[in-house]
Amino acid sequence: MPFGEIISILLEGALVTLKIVALALPLAAVMAFGFGMLRLYAPKPIKYLAIIYIEFFRGTSALIQLYWIYFVLPFFGFSFDAMTAGVVALGLNIGAYGTEVVRGAMASVPKGQYEAAVALNFSSTQRLWRILMPQALVNMIPPFGNLAIELVKATSLVSLITIADLTYRAKALADMTLQVTEIFAVVLVLYFLFAQVLAIGFRVLEKKLSRGLGRGGLGQ
Amino acid sequence: MNGFDWDWQFTFEVMPTILEAAKVTLLATLLGSCLAIVVGLSFALLRRSGFFLVRSITYWIVEFVRSTPLLVQIFFLYYVMPEFGISMSPLLTGVLALGLHYGAYLSEVFRSGIDGVEKGQWEASRALNLSVFDTYKDIVLPQALRPMIPATGNYIIAMFKETPQLSAITLLEMLQVAKIIGSENFRYLEPFTLVGVLYLLFSLIAAYGIHCVERRFPKEGITLK
Repeated sequence: MPFGEIISILLEGALVTLKIVALALPLAAVMAFGFGMLRLYAPKPIKYLAIIYIEFFRGTSALIQLYWIYFVLPFFGFSFDAMTAGVVALGLNIGAYGTEVVRGAMASVPKGQYEAAVALNFSSTQRLWRILMPQALVNMIPPFGNLAIELVKATSLVSLITIADLTYRAKALADMTLQVTEIFAVVLVLYFLFAQVLAIGFRVLEKKLSRGLGRGGLGQ
Repeated sequence: MNGFDWDWQFTFEVMPTILEAAKVTLLATLLGSCLAIVVGLSFALLRRSGFFLVRSITYWIVEFVRSTPLLVQIFFLYYVMPEFGISMSPLLTGVLALGLHYGAYLSEVFRSGIDGVEKGQWEASRALNLSVFDTYKDIVLPQALRPMIPATGNYIIAMFKETPQLSAITLLEMLQVAKIIGSENFRYLEPFTLVGVLYLLFSLIAAYGIHCVERRFPKEGITLK
């Protein structure tokens, strides 16, 4: 098969991978913030629920979670198509890791900031959203960037539940054409580029968010 | 199809088969982590090389391996290596892939561990006229070891949790066996849940083990003689 044709088939797969990342990333962010906050501030019974979710998804492997959602949940009457199962599994998995990022970043805000907010009579909502969160957010960006790259890498797992993503197409093409070296080399490079673009994006975001927080010495 | 009820009898029926497969999973993790430590240390030392070219090539190799999916790397080793005349069993391929992938991660841990050793120790070794090899072996690595333990342990647990991906190259580890059992009996609930619980159990035990190792480990490091 000519090289150009292989590339175009693989790029179509890359679009599917992109789509999964675009859907799972917001889900992961919502889970990370939602359960991260519950883990920190919720009353006891709800807090324990959050801990169970976090420990369960961090303690077992992503592929098992994916299989569980795709193969087992239909028996309970929740049938998903492969795409939904993939997005949900990856979103919940990465989200669980994200809760720890949120927790760590909130803890990294100096205690004096909290005390000052109390002393200045800010309400607890104002304290969270106007004082603590803007500072914590900057600290979350680098680890969230790493998690986003982990998510891109984890999307390759959905090929095992028959979603025609980049990895799936690579394997199918390799079985068909036997031009394995070129195909897998191209795929590895595509994933690498994707990860690099994300890494650069998050670095830019970090710079944007840290503006005005008096970080990194006096202005450039 | 009634899969809602948990069937204990079926659970106990499949338990021995899955536990048998757990041995393969643990073996792959064990060999993989040995290889990862060797690879990680080599990369970490190469990153400290005096030659700019060696440093930057190592940096990009580590970056590349870290930011591409393990599954694709497994496929790459399994399908591409035979093109170059190297055929490996699924287990060997898996161990190699896990070792390389996590070796890249560990190299960063080892690098920061080595960087964490005080500058005075290096200067003292220089003053005592120790060779580079002896400096690393007797002075730097023994002190760098303790701070590396938690992160290294976490990556080994992470590696353990990624072994199910080896099912994609037909290695009969826990998840693959569970899937086969599931498709034979049309019951996925028990085998998959059992595997999930076993993973959770093993990771918790391993996490506790690492915690103990770290606590027991002498603060001043150990001699590597």
